[in-house]
Amino acid sequence: MKVANSPFQFCAASSLTRMTGLQANSLGELLENLRSCSDDSIFNHTFQSLEEHHFLTEGFSNDFAQWVLAACNEPRLAERLAAKDIRQYASISMLRTDFVRTVEEQLAQTPESARRTALQPFYFCETVTVAVPTSWKASTLQEFCEALRHVSIHTVHYHFVTARLREPLTVNDFSDWFERGLGLKELGERIDGIDIYTNTLEGVRERILEEASAWLPA
Amino acid sequence: MATSVNSSDTVAAPKIGTIGDYDSIVGHSEVDEIHALAAKLSGKTVKMVNSTAVGGGVAEILNRLVPLLQEVGLKCEWNVVTGGNDFFEVTKAFHNALHGMAFELPKHAFEIFLATTEQNLQHMQFDSDFVVIHDPQPVGLIKRRKTDSQRWIWRCHIDVSHPNPEVWNFLMHFVPRYDAVLISSPSFSRPLPVPQYIFYPCIDPLSQKNQKLDPEYVRKTLEGFSIDPKRPIVTQISRFDRLKDPVGVIEAYKLVRKYKDCQLVLAGGGAADDPEGGQVLQEAREAAGNDPDIHILELPPWSALEINALQTASTVIVQKSLREGFGLTVTEALWKRKPVVASAVGGIPLQIVHKFTGLLTHSIEGTAYQVRFLLSNPTIAAKLADNGHEHVLENFLITRNLKRSLLLLLTLGRQNGA
Repeated sequence: MKVANSPFQFCAASSLTRMTGLQANSLGELLENLRSCSDDSIFNHTFQSLEEHHFLTEGFSNDFAQWVLAACNEPRLAERLAAKDIRQYASISMLRTDFVRTVEEQLAQTPESARRTALQPFYFCETVTVAVPTSWKASTLQEFCEALRHVSIHTVHYHFVTARLREPLTVNDFSDWFERGLGLKELGERIDGIDIYTNTLEGVRERILEEASAWLPA
Repeated sequence: MATSVNSSDTVAAPKIGTIGDYDSIVGHSEVDEIHALAAKLSGKTVKMVNSTAVGGGVAEILNRLVPLLQEVGLKCEWNVVTGGNDFFEVTKAFHNALHGMAFELPKHAFEIFLATTEQNLQHMQFDSDFVVIHDPQPVGLIKRRKTDSQRWIWRCHIDVSHPNPEVWNFLMHFVPRYDAVLISSPSFSRPLPVPQYIFYPCIDPLSQKNQKLDPEYVRKTLEGFSIDPKRPIVTQISRFDRLKDPVGVIEAYKLVRKYKDCQLVLAGGGAADDPEGGQVLQEAREAAGNDPDIHILELPPWSALEINALQTASTVIVQKSLREGFGLTVTEALWKRKPVVASAVGGIPLQIVHKFTGLLTHSIEGTAYQVRFLLSNPTIAAKLADNGHEHVLENFLITRNLKRSLLLLLTLGRQNGA
């Protein structure tokens, strides 16, 4: 069995939520703040929110879409915002640009909705993340599977979802290690294709284990 | 592990579960992560200060949190400020004023507050790496801040989004000197020159109110209250307080009964020692009339197990508040995998993500409709309830509060270069 030169170090990532002081009471204010809020705030309401609601598999995508639906009663815009797949973006800046463009397009079509007061305000928050190494490390695929069974879903989220924002961009840590560490490029690609919007994070863990198990020696 | 509360009198806190006892609930990996975070703070000293060792939600949380922090390696102590009746009359008025409620500020209120703060400063030491001050009563202790390297944190458990300006401006002599302010909900925030972090209130899954009960105990509890266990039960647990709208709940129930058979349970305390509570209870009884399926239960404060049993036996749980802090009764219901219909007020929308973890409403008619919907669609109700349970597991348990506390100390400590 192939032994990687550098073991995979599983990290535990935990986060705090910090207020930014920005809030939106209408779609117009949402747009304004989407343009100016911090990257940490966009991260909080997309990547982080998906982690907090990891147990949902039907329809929940990000806080912006949920608020536009529940507080502004704008299902078309909500649907378009919910359809953003955060894995498609190499940076928060690109994700922000796409959110802004989508809201701008909607408000261009229905300018009256920009000022309509929402049922509840949207509070822009930021994520403060602290990542610490766990006791789990893997040098082989077998050790990787064993460790993955034991780490928390926060660790899965850190390595599988938010990793795309860290170097090397747009690839999750697991696939990157499979390719670079174990020479298993195809396994990495198969794992990268697992859909985080139709699986819970627990489901993602199971799918990775299923895929990886197929590559273990009999 | 037992802890002690230091004040003019030392009080032994009750023995509680250890971190290992939560392993089977939150998972071994979660407990491991708590230990990994705590290892980076090993030996750090933390002082918690509040105004009471027993009674109230803050003392309840500290009774759990302080021993858990000690167990994972921090040197954590808990102090209680002391004061005369005049001081606590002032702080009660402050509390109401900060909530935006009617209040009567006693004569010389600010002088009494400052004098009592000085008295407490005479016999309290503040050498800890971190000092966490809970609520407004001890907020003035920041005057004793020794060095810039210490980190002082103000944990504000109350909703200060619409405070009385006079009282808020007084507190603003102290609050900006803290390094961080912790609030329970984004909607409770105020413009401040200090970073504000969200610290959700939490429940303890090992407590009497939230532990799993023997079905036989649940059955006997229902029998004791003459509630039929074989028919659907719709329940609201809350004090008899107008802001909890018990009469609105009864009106919603009556609309439901036109279509669906069910019983209504309204259970809570607050009537015995509160004149307004007594009035509200009377109004609820009048609204209920002689309907034998409406059970209005006035429970004493030591009824945690009975409340647990009523929640456990319920088919749907309602929280039709007109105003709400965080709404821990909603958290308790979700933890017990109950479908919840609740008003979109205060901290409730943080817990009820509409159509995902429960249903939010804005009126009596809406509440009635959603209760009917859930009674008619048990599969959907069960799905919402399962999601709600996961939401609490992820965000609103004492272990999550412990983890947030460790994260905050690490974050503030790093700012300090520690």
